[in-house]
Amino acid sequence: MQYTKCRVLIAVLLACGAWSAAAAERYITVASTTSTENSGLFARLLPAFTEKTDIAVRVVAVGTGQAIKLARNGDTDVLFVHHRASEEKFVAEGFGVQRFDVMYNDFVIIGPGSDPAGVKGMNNATEALRTIAARQAPFASRGDDSGTHKKELALWRDAGVDVGAASGSWYRETGSGMGATLNVASGMGAYVLSDRATWLKFKNKGELAILVEDDSQLVNQYGIILVNPARHPHVKRADGQTFIDWVLSADGQSLINFYTIDGQQAFFANAK
Amino acid sequence: MTDLSSAFSKAIKLLIDLEPALVEIVQLSLSVSLSAVLLASLIGMPLGAVLGLFRFPGRGVVVSILNALMGLPPVVAGLFIYLLLSRAGPLGEYGLLFTPAAMVIAQTLLVLPIVAALTRQTVVDLNDEYAEQLHSLRVGPFAMIATLLWEGRYSLLTAVLAGFGRAIAEVGAVIIVGGNINHVTRVMTTTIALETSKGDLDLALGLGMVLLLIVFTINGVALGAQHLARRGQA
Repeated sequence: MQYTKCRVLIAVLLACGAWSAAAAERYITVASTTSTENSGLFARLLPAFTEKTDIAVRVVAVGTGQAIKLARNGDTDVLFVHHRASEEKFVAEGFGVQRFDVMYNDFVIIGPGSDPAGVKGMNNATEALRTIAARQAPFASRGDDSGTHKKELALWRDAGVDVGAASGSWYRETGSGMGATLNVASGMGAYVLSDRATWLKFKNKGELAILVEDDSQLVNQYGIILVNPARHPHVKRADGQTFIDWVLSADGQSLINFYTIDGQQAFFANAK
Repeated sequence: MTDLSSAFSKAIKLLIDLEPALVEIVQLSLSVSLSAVLLASLIGMPLGAVLGLFRFPGRGVVVSILNALMGLPPVVAGLFIYLLLSRAGPLGEYGLLFTPAAMVIAQTLLVLPIVAALTRQTVVDLNDEYAEQLHSLRVGPFAMIATLLWEGRYSLLTAVLAGFGRAIAEVGAVIIVGGNINHVTRVMTTTIALETSKGDLDLALGLGMVLLLIVFTINGVALGAQHLARRGQA
């Protein structure tokens, strides 16, 4: 019986080895956000890149805060997120080589069709938020240190509303991803800030609808950064740089522009 | 209500279509969780037997820790393994993060306490029955562990199935150490979490039903085999 156990153990180790061998295909790991993954953009973009270069791209899609944490620890080769201030800090602290603009889309304020706070059609996001706060209408916040959450907090600050004090009453922090937060908003008839791409792709809309959009404050800029090989020597510098160069190239940029959801352009390429 | 019925029809459609993408995800789920259960059993059963048979200082503490770890939240296990395997962590140089191997390690950590604790109990009960016999035969400690584990094999199957249930059902650990990477570390539970986050609730629930069916089948096969083996012996 001992012998059998040994054999089983060896089989397990071999199986783990086989996985590592399977992992030996040429690939890079990219820390990105749920918005790019859930929108379906990567499913369109990445196969084209892999076909051209034979480099597979493994995406770990988490909130921007967590994505930056993964990249800081050197657990990914490339960082592709949407919060410029955090990205610039990441580079300034020596964790990233250089930051490039990739594309933008916009945030929208979503809420129940019945619009109890009466913000529909406003074209000023901070004013809309101030109105929601004054009426104490339920608002679902990501509360997860993601790019969208940071944007939302900046808007509240500009609106002069202290949401920390209201947390747990009309202001509800889900501590979850965009989709999960939209599910909550849909369930409780709350207002919520979302990036447009995730919203377009989201299937459990229920009574929710876009109420406030087209405000220059709501621009959502994405950036891409190679994790610094000087800090983390195992970073796949050449292949990571190839990916970044391709995303910023005419090929990558036009694929981004051509990606539509329900006939609407989801992202606008703006690499310089 | 409409969501529930459409989830049910989605589940049936998933089973009929049997798309390669789904098959791949199911295969990975099963190989990760079964490997974890195997590893946890290889470590946990001898460990449980030792704790059940021998008295040594600190034994009570170890048993209490094992029992407490049965309630270890998967997300905490995942976080712990992440910190170990991260490039910034002590085992970072092996590059195991975001691989199925990392998922096996995390699930092993979750399953081990269950297998060890249930094995300990089984062995304690059996030892009450066999202690005199084993003593009179002057059986050494290793043979004693082997004998009692063999005699308890039917009860131990329950321990293994309980461990498997915990492994295949958890999402918190594998999503952190695996990263839910498409075609690489995406398993049933992380797919369900992803589809939920996309608001595709009926597909998510449909996948949940498929998962349940798989677990049900595995339990059925294991218990059926046990039944047959018992009858063969009688």
